[in-house]
Amino acid sequence: MIMGLEYAFMRHALAAGTAIAVVSAAVGYFVTLRRQAFAAHALSHVGFAGAAGAILLSLDPYVGLFVITFLAALGLAWSGHRLSERDVGVGMILMFSLGLGVLFLNLYTANAQAAMSILFGSIVGVTTGQAWLSVGVAIGALVLLAAMVRPLLYMSLNEEAAAGRGVPVKWLNTLFLGLLAITVAIAVPIIGALLIFALLVGPPAAAQLLSKNVLAGILTAVALGVGETWAGIGCAYYIGYPASTWIASLSFLVYLGTTAIGSWRERGSKDSTAAMAAGPAGKGF
Amino acid sequence: MPVIDGTELTCQLGGRVVFAHLQLQIPRGGFVGVFGPNGAGKTSLLRALLGLIPLQGGTLQILEGDAREARTQIGYVSQSEPKEAEGRLSVAAFVGAAWRGERWGFNWHLTALHQAVRRALERVNAAHLASRPLQSLSGGQRQRVRIAQALVNPARILLLDEPLNNLDPQSQQQVLQLAKTLTRQENMTVLMTAHDINPLLPFMDHVLYLANGKGRMGTVNDLLTTPMLSELYGTPVTVSEHDGMLSIRVGNGFIPEISHHCHDHGAQP
Repeated sequence: MIMGLEYAFMRHALAAGTAIAVVSAAVGYFVTLRRQAFAAHALSHVGFAGAAGAILLSLDPYVGLFVITFLAALGLAWSGHRLSERDVGVGMILMFSLGLGVLFLNLYTANAQAAMSILFGSIVGVTTGQAWLSVGVAIGALVLLAAMVRPLLYMSLNEEAAAGRGVPVKWLNTLFLGLLAITVAIAVPIIGALLIFALLVGPPAAAQLLSKNVLAGILTAVALGVGETWAGIGCAYYIGYPASTWIASLSFLVYLGTTAIGSWRERGSKDSTAAMAAGPAGKGF
Repeated sequence: MPVIDGTELTCQLGGRVVFAHLQLQIPRGGFVGVFGPNGAGKTSLLRALLGLIPLQGGTLQILEGDAREARTQIGYVSQSEPKEAEGRLSVAAFVGAAWRGERWGFNWHLTALHQAVRRALERVNAAHLASRPLQSLSGGQRQRVRIAQALVNPARILLLDEPLNNLDPQSQQQVLQLAKTLTRQENMTVLMTAHDINPLLPFMDHVLYLANGKGRMGTVNDLLTTPMLSELYGTPVTVSEHDGMLSIRVGNGFIPEISHHCHDHGAQP
């Protein structure tokens, strides 16, 4: 059967991979729009520490992931850090949580494989429960995103004007970071804390270079994310090497390709602007 | 009845009094230029009118009613650039994002959205830019598009914070003409802050001058005089005119923000 669908582990990998690809791309569109990629990166590292801590305490790593990532998101939202920048404070949180994670793993040496899978992902190790959890959380996250998409977009493009019209910007930012936290929490065990950008930032960044409107951008990001995930799992199945590596590489290549298309188009539109300015149409306003 | 009616307005930020006991009566359909040295509270005043920062004292009525309810009737173009995407988001998408943008849930009224966006862009003479990526716009085009975003929801007051910054003289004229047209054709009230008073002289109806936590409003001829500004600053101020250009000197010094300066940033061929 195609892509080993006769094996349960491949079905789980594809189900969970698709779910996290869709939700990461949709949420990631706003992460890149709001320039919060660095905060997302920090959250995944906090998640790693949480999962490692949970393993140490003989808890389900998912519990540690969800709880700690979510708490970190609330902390970030209310600390007043300018998350749209490469804030030093966010970097410090990232560094400290990575250090803690290493300590937890050092204290619990029996299960080094679990640590590796949190850091780099383990798409083919997805259990039935993880697959269902990923699909369920992804659907919930998408519903929440759809409910908040208009004020979120308005706030992302013009925060002050949105606040003036009554968008509760602080609460909405907190809600969005919460949404980002649960997205990161389901994505980390599958794609890996260190490779989270492959799904959360790569496809949306490429989509933003390709599309002119928001809905098309989100749908393009989702299509790219799902396509890269399936192709990555397929390559891992047929060729070998870790699926995370394939997905990260594809994400990188697609981004590289769209940047090339973007700069080529840029040159095109600059030329037409110059032509317009030269003609009578460029004179009027 | 003034469209913005403030008495004894007091605003403090971080313990510092930005302005105190400010009287503000802004008539409907007026084009008001807001001036003053850096830190005099030009931006704070606009933000307070919009409800983004609280007022510690005074009463404020907007559009003959409670300021809070009237705030949806105010279009605001901030001084800081919005943190828009690096991508190729189009002008229409940028303007459309604000249309009833405070509402939750998915927007199904696509026809109404497109109409609102087209109308807003037509009003700022930018209909031809609708499908252009934001990134490709010149400084002047971009400023007009930002004004269109502020107008996409029904607005009767427009607050423009330093919209002429970094624009070449020709683009400045376009933005000023646009603001003037909105006041004349739609009876909209416009408050515009600016560093340099001179480009606004032919366009504005009233001057609001803020200094030392105080404010005075009047016509150009009444207000921008040596005695009036000396009283406001509490120190000798000289207003002089050369070839239709005003220059304002405090003491023996020269206030750079009042001087005529034109930046060419953002201008594209």
